[in-house]
Formats: sequence, structure tokens, C-alpha cells
Amino acid sequence: MNYAELFRVTLPETVLEVAALLVLVVDLGALRKAALSTRTAAAAWLGILGCAVGAWTVSLAGANGLRMGGDLLLATGGTAGAAQVGILVLTALTLLLFVGTGFTRNVGEYVAVVLMAAAGGLIIAAAQDLLVIFIGLELLSLGLYVLTAFAKKSGKSAEASMKYYLFGGMSAAFLLFGFSYLYGISGSTSLHTVVQESFFLSVSGAAPLLWIALVMVAAGLGFKIAAVPFHLWAPDTYEGAPAPAAAFIASVSKVASFALLISISAAVLHVFDGAHIVRVIGSTGPLPRYAGMQVPWLLTLTVLSVASMLLGNLAALAQSSVRRLLAYSAVAHAGYILLGLAFFSSTNASAQAVLYYILTYGLTTIGAFGVVSVVERATGSDRMEAFLGLQKRNPLLAAVTLFLFLSLAGIPPLVGFWAKFNLFAAVLGVSHSGVALGLVALAIAMSAVSLYYYLQVLKRVYVMPAAEETPIAAHPVTMTVLLLIAAAVIALGCFPSLLQNWIASFY
Amino acid sequence: MLAWTIYLSFAGALLETLLPKGRNSAARWLALAIAVAGLAIAIMGFAAGMGQGTTVITDAAWVPSMGIHYRLAADGISRVLVLLTGLASVAGILFSWNVELRTNQFFAFYLALIGGVYGVFLSFDLFLLFVFYEIAIVPKYFLIAIWGSTRREYGAMKLALYSFVGSAMVLIGLLAAYAASGSHSTTLADLGHAGLPVHMQMWLFPLVFIGFGILAGMWPFHTWAPTGHVAAPTAASMLLAGVVMKLGAYGCLRVAMGVFPHGLDPWGFSFLGLGSWRDVFAVLAVIGIVYGALVALAQSDFKFVIGYSSVSHMGFVLLGLMTLNQIGLDGAVLQMFSHGVIAGLLFAIVGRLVYDRTHTRQFAELETMHLARRLPFAAWAFVVAGIASMGLPGFSGFVAELQVLVGSWRANPWWTAAAGIGIIVGVAYTWRALQKAFFSDRLPTPDEHPKTGWPDLGAITWPELAGVALLGISTIVVGLYPRILLDSIEPAVKALLAGGVQ
Repeated sequence: MNYAELFRVTLPETVLEVAALLVLVVDLGALRKAALSTRTAAAAWLGILGCAVGAWTVSLAGANGLRMGGDLLLATGGTAGAAQVGILVLTALTLLLFVGTGFTRNVGEYVAVVLMAAAGGLIIAAAQDLLVIFIGLELLSLGLYVLTAFAKKSGKSAEASMKYYLFGGMSAAFLLFGFSYLYGISGSTSLHTVVQESFFLSVSGAAPLLWIALVMVAAGLGFKIAAVPFHLWAPDTYEGAPAPAAAFIASVSKVASFALLISISAAVLHVFDGAHIVRVIGSTGPLPRYAGMQVPWLLTLTVLSVASMLLGNLAALAQSSVRRLLAYSAVAHAGYILLGLAFFSSTNASAQAVLYYILTYGLTTIGAFGVVSVVERATGSDRMEAFLGLQKRNPLLAAVTLFLFLSLAGIPPLVGFWAKFNLFAAVLGVSHSGVALGLVALAIAMSAVSLYYYLQVLKRVYVMPAAEETPIAAHPVTMTVLLLIAAAVIALGCFPSLLQNWIASFY
Repeated sequence: MLAWTIYLSFAGALLETLLPKGRNSAARWLALAIAVAGLAIAIMGFAAGMGQGTTVITDAAWVPSMGIHYRLAADGISRVLVLLTGLASVAGILFSWNVELRTNQFFAFYLALIGGVYGVFLSFDLFLLFVFYEIAIVPKYFLIAIWGSTRREYGAMKLALYSFVGSAMVLIGLLAAYAASGSHSTTLADLGHAGLPVHMQMWLFPLVFIGFGILAGMWPFHTWAPTGHVAAPTAASMLLAGVVMKLGAYGCLRVAMGVFPHGLDPWGFSFLGLGSWRDVFAVLAVIGIVYGALVALAQSDFKFVIGYSSVSHMGFVLLGLMTLNQIGLDGAVLQMFSHGVIAGLLFAIVGRLVYDRTHTRQFAELETMHLARRLPFAAWAFVVAGIASMGLPGFSGFVAELQVLVGSWRANPWWTAAAGIGIIVGVAYTWRALQKAFFSDRLPTPDEHPKTGWPDLGAITWPELAGVALLGISTIVVGLYPRILLDSIEPAVKALLAGGVQ
């Protein structure tokens, strides 16, 4: 590793950090006396500029990644590249949503923390080493705790942040504990080496230790993606956090974490890439069936997936707050994606399908939180009742809601449907077994369940009589962003190969 | 050319949403213009397609990496059903001329639904078909939930969930077939020729058949139909019975039977006298025919009678499909057209001509109103529609049901015998409804009799007249000269029987 290379590979993160500092300097220095709206706009646009430059620098990173002594530390291109650009685009969108909210006077700090958390996301998306993974996760998580608490006037926000922080701290401890076992088994922190060494060691009898380590790791990462049973923070956080922060948590943090899971699953499946097969066969005779990480890791993901699909969808049925509904639906979507990770292909098909899903889901969910934030500002509530008669109060916003929620439910020709189809086709492309088919059938059945609760919101918007008919005004920037997102949801749904080709171009 | 029916409808839906509020009249005329244009294209496409086999309209790679094609094509069956959709959509708009609430939204959802239906009938790629099929679900929900009547939110949600569960089953079948075929193509032809193993077809066929069958009102998954029809506004119930139920039957024929033909093979053993999925679904169809008719006989709500009669008549379609012979399948397709027109007419009479004027559908109240004298046009229109629905010669229903019965006699005489009971009960419930709603001789009690004479029910307006004429003439023309449709249906069914089924 030389420092020039380190600089080149981490250029996007550097750009974000510089942008964060710049935002602070401008906001606390030059614009100290300016009006809040000017400061908000300046901070947000500076942040967006940082994201744009960062997205450009992703393409400069080359394809070889950053290595130290032969071990890969940070990957470039492929999943990492696509996820990083995705993270930067989604971050920029959440910053645009921030412009219209005004829940805080500390706009410079808010934007700076968002950018730093996004930098953590970029690291996670590329990380191939246990220590780097952990640092990235902490960088992202600490940012998210702060963002959750940012609405200082709201008690809910502080409570949500506290809960999030406690859960997060505990799950980080689990993760670190699991990592320490993995290091103990393999003597290395490089993901690829860990997977290889644990294979050889489990052949010679260290399997139980490996299982424990993997369950710990799954607990730590399951927290990040809000998979059942590590999802308990999600409803409270989604409910309490300021809307743009919740959108950030629901999209950017998810994209980064799933990119990490893709890296792990890919490493687990490519256990023998570059290894000396002779050593295996020569030392142990026939390959034992349950050796290595593959079975325990994929099995753990399957269990998390089924639990998330079932509990997420069923719990969402009972919600009366739209934010909590979105939280449980996020749990359900995490379940579908985990299915794609549990039946992971050794080609790039699964990785691309999962990325496609999480990127489009992130986009849609930012839009959904944008709608919630507009309605909340006007009515002071995120209950379902607050959406009553939205089609009369703001027809454009109602139409946006219609398309976003139908896309979340997976109705064609919107993008959410293609994401699901793509993902399930990838699962069945890996395995035709009855188990795979059964799980896909369960996932599809559960998305039929999900239509019910999404329709509950749309019913309030379009069907039921309005309790109040005063128009709801949205900030023009917010409205533009929402319209753009809705247009993207429709356009990407009608021409799904656009995004598919874009993602494939990174591989 | 036929593809323009789809694009026009969606463009119309978009235009309707952009229309400023309060321009109700403009919204109506726009919708009517779009629907008439669609009908005109459908008629021209039908006439141009006479004597031709399957003609490909558009074929472009849609998602090349997954082998999904944007392939629109038409054969004789598609052309007949597109024609039906054109007729039903024009009639539906004529009968919703009095919609005053959120008129432009009503027609926007309406045209989006129509566009989806056209799309299903013209898709020759399973994936594309599925996309259009699902597009048709959402507008139905809003049409019923916003503009409906009795228990509309319940009926709408039930309908939406039933449809979505059905389409989820279809999606599972689609994914499994796509993964197993390995051909990386989703066109119906490629999937049909992929040579899927028989044991796989054995479970895919019932899965997909039931998935589509739910929307076709197959017993015992029919319960959405009566509640949905009753809750729906007139135009929506006309479309539901007229074309949406046909989507299901069409999917059963084109997808379930066309792509998984070996699912109909005998199991090799028999259980309760059932030796194959064909027997199972034929028995379900016959139960649907008889059950629907018997339940219709016991209803006290006028619209429920028509709702259950739809279940009964759709049973004939499914029975026709399961005969697996030329005449039975011809009859099934013709019955799709015939029922689409007749049920549309019946729902229009009940919902628009009668209910919108009397504000009741209960026989007990209608009996006291002397509607035969006060609404003679409605009464006579119902007589014509009722006779057509009973399947008397001279109307399209007769030709269609006769063919189904002949076909099923050749397949299994017992099915015909049981279905015959359904026809007899069909005469009874139609007669009962006719008599109770219009020709009751029960005199009103003194306190029911208004002191100042009967209030005026309002004259029949021109859109109603035009709608009744359109549908009534269609059923008579097809009844008197069925060759007009059969010439186009027969070759298509023959090709399907030769290529896919059996």
C-alpha cells in the first residue's frame, strides 16, 4: 500500500469530509448572520455539490482496489462502485428534502453530520477487511444517532435516538465479539482470508466456534438492516427522527449495509478463488459437506429473511402511524433482500439484483418520507388520519403518494415490481429446489399481504372524505424532488434495463 | 394497429387527470371519444384480421438481459375479446354519463383499467401479459371504493386482495417456469415449447389456472364477485362482469392451458372419481354453474341476482375450456363475448336505469313501484337482456352455451347433465327477478301509495338509450349470425389445440 493509492481509492470519502468541513466553515463563519433559509440552502447545496464531486471521483478509483500485503482492504468498481454512487445520489436527495423542513437552526452541523455519515457508508460499501468494516459501521452509526436526535424541540426525537444508540451500541459489541472469534479462527482480518482459513479450520473441528461467530456477526449486521429479531429500534427511530434523517436512515444506511452483506456473501461463495485446492484434497480426503462458512452463513441469512418477511408484513398491518408502517415495511423489504443474499449466485447476477432492489427501494422510501414530512408539517401528525383527503388538499402530492406506495407494494409497471421480479428470478436462477421455490412463494404471498397496508394509506388519500379541506402547500424544492422521484419510479419501471445496464457497467 | 387501443386508453387516462376541476362535461366527452376510437380500432382490427392467423403487432426486446419481449400480437381469440372490450368500454361510459363526483378522476381510472385490459388480450409475452394484468387491478379498487355503493370499501378491498392473491399465484408460476425453462425468454411460444417436465407442469398448471380462475369467478374462489359487483358503480360492475372476469378466463386458456398443457394429463390414479386436473376443474365449473344459479334464485337484492348469475355463466366458460375439444372451446370463447355483452347490459339496467332512479335494489321495495308502467323502457330492455341471459335462441348466449354443452357431452355426459340443471335454474331466477322488479302484481298498501301520484322517475336519457342499443344489438347480431365471430375463433382454437393443449 502506498499513500498515493490510498488517497486515490478514498477520494470520494475525502471529498465528502472536505465538503462537510466547508459547510461548517461557511455556515458558522460567512453566513453566521444570514437568514435561516439562506443558510439552509447554502449548506444543502454545498453538501450536494460535495456528493456530486464525490460521485465523479468514484469513477477515478480504478478497478484494483486498495491492497495491503496482498490482502484487499477496500474494493473498487463492481458492487462497491455502484453502491457508492448510489449512496451519494441518495444522500443528495435527502439533503434536498432537508431544505423544506426547518426543524433545526443548526443547519450547518446537520449537513456536516449527514456528509460524514455518508462517508462512513462509502467505506462500508467498499470494505473487505473486518477492521475497516467496523470503522465504517461506527462512523455511519454515530452519525445516525446524532441525526436522529437532531429535532431538539421534540421529545420523541431524543427518545428515539437514545433507544437507537443503546441498541446500536449493543449490536456493535456483538459484531466486534463475532469479529474477534473470526480473527481467532483465521489469524487474519481480511475477509477473503478469514473465509478461506475458517474453511480449513472447520474441517478440522472448529465448526461450532465458527457458527457462534457468524451468528454474532449476523446479529450486528442484522441490526443495521433492521432484520427480525434485531429490528426493534426501527419503528421508534423512524417515528421519532426528523423526516430527512429518517429518510437517510431508511435509504443510505440500508444501501451501505446491504453492499457489505453482498461483499460477505460473495466472499463466502468464492472461498476457493486463488486458493490451493491441492491443500484441501491432500490434507483431508473428500470434502466434508458442512465445512466452511457457506452453510452456516447462508442458513443464518435464510432464517433472518423468513422471520423479517413474516413479522415485518404482519406487524405493518396493525400500524396507524405511517412512519411506523414504513418502518415495518422496511423490515419486510429487508426480508426479501436477505432471501436474495441467502441464495447467492457465484456469478454477479445476485449481487446486481440485490443492488437493484436496494437502490430503487432507497429511492422510493426517500420519496415516501418526503411525502410524510410535507403532510406532517401541515397537520402536525403522521397518523393515517393526517392523510385524509390529500387528493383534494394537494392533488400532485397525492399522485406522488399513489405511485410511490404502489411501487413499494410491487405493482407493475413501477420499479418496485421489477426489483422484486429481478431478485426472485435471481434466487430461482441459483436453486430450483423446493426450498427456494417455497421461500419465493412465501415472499410473493407476503407482498400480496403488503398491498393491504399500502392501500390503507392510499385509501385515506383518495377514497375517504376529507376531514379538512385547506390546501397543503409543499416547499417548491421538496415538491420538485418528489416529482422527480415519482418520475424516476415510473420511468425506471417502464424501462428497467436502464438501471440494470448502469449497474452492470460497474462489473 | 390494434396496439393503439392500449396507448390511446392510457393517454386518455393521463389527459383526464390533467383536466381542470369542474369540467365534467369535457371529461365525459373526452372519455367517450377515446373509447369510441378504441372501439373503432378494435372493429377495424377485427375486420382486417379475418382469415388470418396470429399476426404480430409489435415485437421489441424490452429487458434483453432477461429475455423479456414487448410482444403484442393478436389471433382470432384476442381479436374477439378486444372487440368485446371496445363495446363494453363505450357502453360503460354511456352509462356513467351521470357521474358528477370527481368526474375526471373517474374516467382516468376507468380508461387506465381499459388500457390494462386491452393490453392483456394483446400480449403474447407472459411477462408483459402479467404486467398489464396487474395494471388492471389498482383502478378497479379505486373505482369501487370511491364511486361505489353498498359496503363499497369492503367490496373494493376484497376484490383487490383476491385479484392480487390470484396474480401472486400466477407470478410464482411465471417465475418457476422461467427459471426451469432455461430458455431465457418469456414469450408464450418459447415457454410453451420449453419442454417443461411433466411433473412440474402438474403443479404449475393448477397453480396458474386457479390464479387466473379467481378472477374468472371460479367456485369456490368466486366470493369477491357478488360483493364486488354490488359495491361497484354501474360502469365498474359492467366492466368487472363484462371484461375483467374474461381476463381471468383468458389467462386460464392462454397461459395455464397454453403453456402447461401436460398439466391436463391424467394423474394415473383416480380419487373420488377424479382422474386429472381437468376433471377437478370441470367439476368446480359445474358446481359454479349450479351453485351460482341457485344462490341467485334466493337473493333479495336485484344486483346480487346479476352478480351470482355471472358466477353461473362464467362456469360455462370454464367448463368449455375443460372439454378440450374444438366445439367446447369455441363455445367457451364465444360465451366470454356473449356474457360480457349480456352481463354488461343487465348491470346497466339494474344499476343505471333502475337504481339511480329508485335508489333501491331491494325486490320488496321495487315490487311496490310498478316499474313496468313507470319505466317501460327499462322493463323491456330487461326482458330482452333476461331472455338473452336465459340462453334462448336468437341471442348470443344460446349459441355459446349450446356449444359448451355439446362439447362437454363429448367429454363427459354427466357434466352436461349437471350443467343443464343450472340452465333451468337460470330461467327461474331471471324470471323471478323480472317479475319481482318490473311486473309485480302486488298492490301497494294505502300508506305506501303516494297521495299526490307517483313521483317522476326521470326520462330515459340518450346515453342510456345508446348504451342499451349498442349492447342489445350486439347480442342479437351474434345470436342470429354467430359465424361473424366463430369464423375468427375457430382457427385460433384449432391452432391452440394443435400447438398447446393436448
